[in-house]
Amino acid sequence: MQQVFKRPQSLKDVQTHFCPGCHHGTIHRLVADAMDLYGVQDKTIGVASVGCSVFLYGYFDIDVVEAPHGRAPAVATGVKRAKPDNFVFTYQGDGDLAAIGTAEIIHAANRGEDITVVFVNNTTYGMTGGQMAPTTLVGQKTSTSPYGRDKSKDGSPIRMAELMAQLGGVAYSARVAVDSPKHVLEAKKVMREAFGYQAEGKGFSFVEVLSSCPTNWGMNPLKANARVGEEMIPYFPLGIFKKEEA
Amino acid sequence: MSKRLFVKGNEAAAMGAVEAGCRYYFGYPITPQSDIPEYLSRELPKLNGEFIQAESEIGAINMLLGASACGVRAMTSSSSPGISLKQEGISYMAGAELPGVIINISRSGPGLGGIDASQSDYFQSVKGGGHGGYHIPVLAPNSVQEMYDLTMHAFDLADLYRTPVMLLGDSVIGQMKEALVPNARPVRELPEKGWAVRGKSGAEQRVVKSLFLGDGELEAHNWRLHAKYQVMKEKECISEEYETADARLIVTGFGSVARIAHTAVAMAREEGMKVGLFRPVTLFPFPEKALAEAAGRAGKVLVVELNTGQMVEDVRLSVGAAAQVSFYGRPPGAGSLPSPEELLEVIRKQYDDTAR
Repeated sequence: MQQVFKRPQSLKDVQTHFCPGCHHGTIHRLVADAMDLYGVQDKTIGVASVGCSVFLYGYFDIDVVEAPHGRAPAVATGVKRAKPDNFVFTYQGDGDLAAIGTAEIIHAANRGEDITVVFVNNTTYGMTGGQMAPTTLVGQKTSTSPYGRDKSKDGSPIRMAELMAQLGGVAYSARVAVDSPKHVLEAKKVMREAFGYQAEGKGFSFVEVLSSCPTNWGMNPLKANARVGEEMIPYFPLGIFKKEEA
Repeated sequence: MSKRLFVKGNEAAAMGAVEAGCRYYFGYPITPQSDIPEYLSRELPKLNGEFIQAESEIGAINMLLGASACGVRAMTSSSSPGISLKQEGISYMAGAELPGVIINISRSGPGLGGIDASQSDYFQSVKGGGHGGYHIPVLAPNSVQEMYDLTMHAFDLADLYRTPVMLLGDSVIGQMKEALVPNARPVRELPEKGWAVRGKSGAEQRVVKSLFLGDGELEAHNWRLHAKYQVMKEKECISEEYETADARLIVTGFGSVARIAHTAVAMAREEGMKVGLFRPVTLFPFPEKALAEAAGRAGKVLVVELNTGQMVEDVRLSVGAAAQVSFYGRPPGAGSLPSPEELLEVIRKQYDDTAR
């Protein structure tokens, strides 16, 4: 019998501890699939950030360095400069990358560090309990925007994939979603392409993944999944914003 | 090598780093330490090393964290306000047990302060500085030669104990020029860096982290770190003594002010006063035992610092009831360095008190 679906080699055979309906598991699969495709598991150094994404090392069977909140791109810079032959990626949430770590991501990208950044955008701070993030949509209620995000007071949600595309050092920037089988398949293709940029030495690559946080959104997994398509994608359009041919 | 060079203290530290095998430097400009990144931006590329001018001190310390996690010798440098920004990363490095050298050519504060010589970062340096209750070795050079020698020593300590190490100088030590004999690095037996990430290559996964969530795991980690600090206290104290054997008054101070105190003590000896100098070279671990011995013999200690009194607390803890401790401080301000004559006056007063 032909096996058509299996666990990627780069993922450990462990049970998930993430909340029901959380998309981290799906995104982990996509990252692991891309690693397997280029056969880089054995030379990969992952950089874990702060928040739910810190548990990288519990799921990926790779070497991992843990970074302080927001600093993963700086840590990855140190890793890659010390070990240019290793494959290096960061895995960061929206609070981590788009708030406290804005300086680190913009400058690592602008230097054109030869790393890949996986940016998981669920419009909220997950681990700390659902506070307002830089990506929280206008009107969205969170534990620190109880009346809904107010554009005049809180500003507009930051579109990171577009911002990254403006920087000279960025070779690849895209936004995908994992709310439907179709989008997951598209995301798989994009993730492979982004990892390929580094695997082939083409420079800094960035993938923003729209995902859900049912627990902090106060929704069941199906409704949370539906929100990604109905509310997030209209504001955060999917697509490839930069693709430099090297 | 026995050539004599005439270089600045900051350059000597950078040269010591290169001699120690450091090939990775991450930094951000700030006075009065910018000669260090300037030197290394010239020299490291010639040695196939990497120099990165980071976007901030925070960026720099985290680049150091990443490079150190790979097992290479790496360094950053800054000055007081910049060191405040680096404290987050230093705490993470202490927690994850990562080696790395941080040079602090301190300036005055609080806040923006000024660029004059100051020792007001003593607490911040030796009491942890960042969150979480840790220590790092802190070395206090008082000459250009020591900037070179102690930088090399700092790299060895870092690797031996898997800890960040700080070299704490100030603008006098960093900016002055004097003779340097760039001796080759002393060889110290150091452990293999089996913990460093390098890509699994079929082996067991390596994780460099400071998050310990398992039941009792963090407590055990903290006790283990504590035990490491006790070993440092036993084995790594360095101090220098001058005319302390028969002294009835011990003057103590570190770094630049200890040089001035040295001159003042020599002047006091010429006047027939039995005064000695005790200079801690390691501020953490603080040379408690050696100081307590010298102070116990003398019965009296005068602490001189370029601040309103910080190291004096460690002196009091070290000597306990064995000696009477007094303090003379000159916090920074334009032209605030004490002259040898000024310190001699203070010594005379303290010494006369002893005679009474």
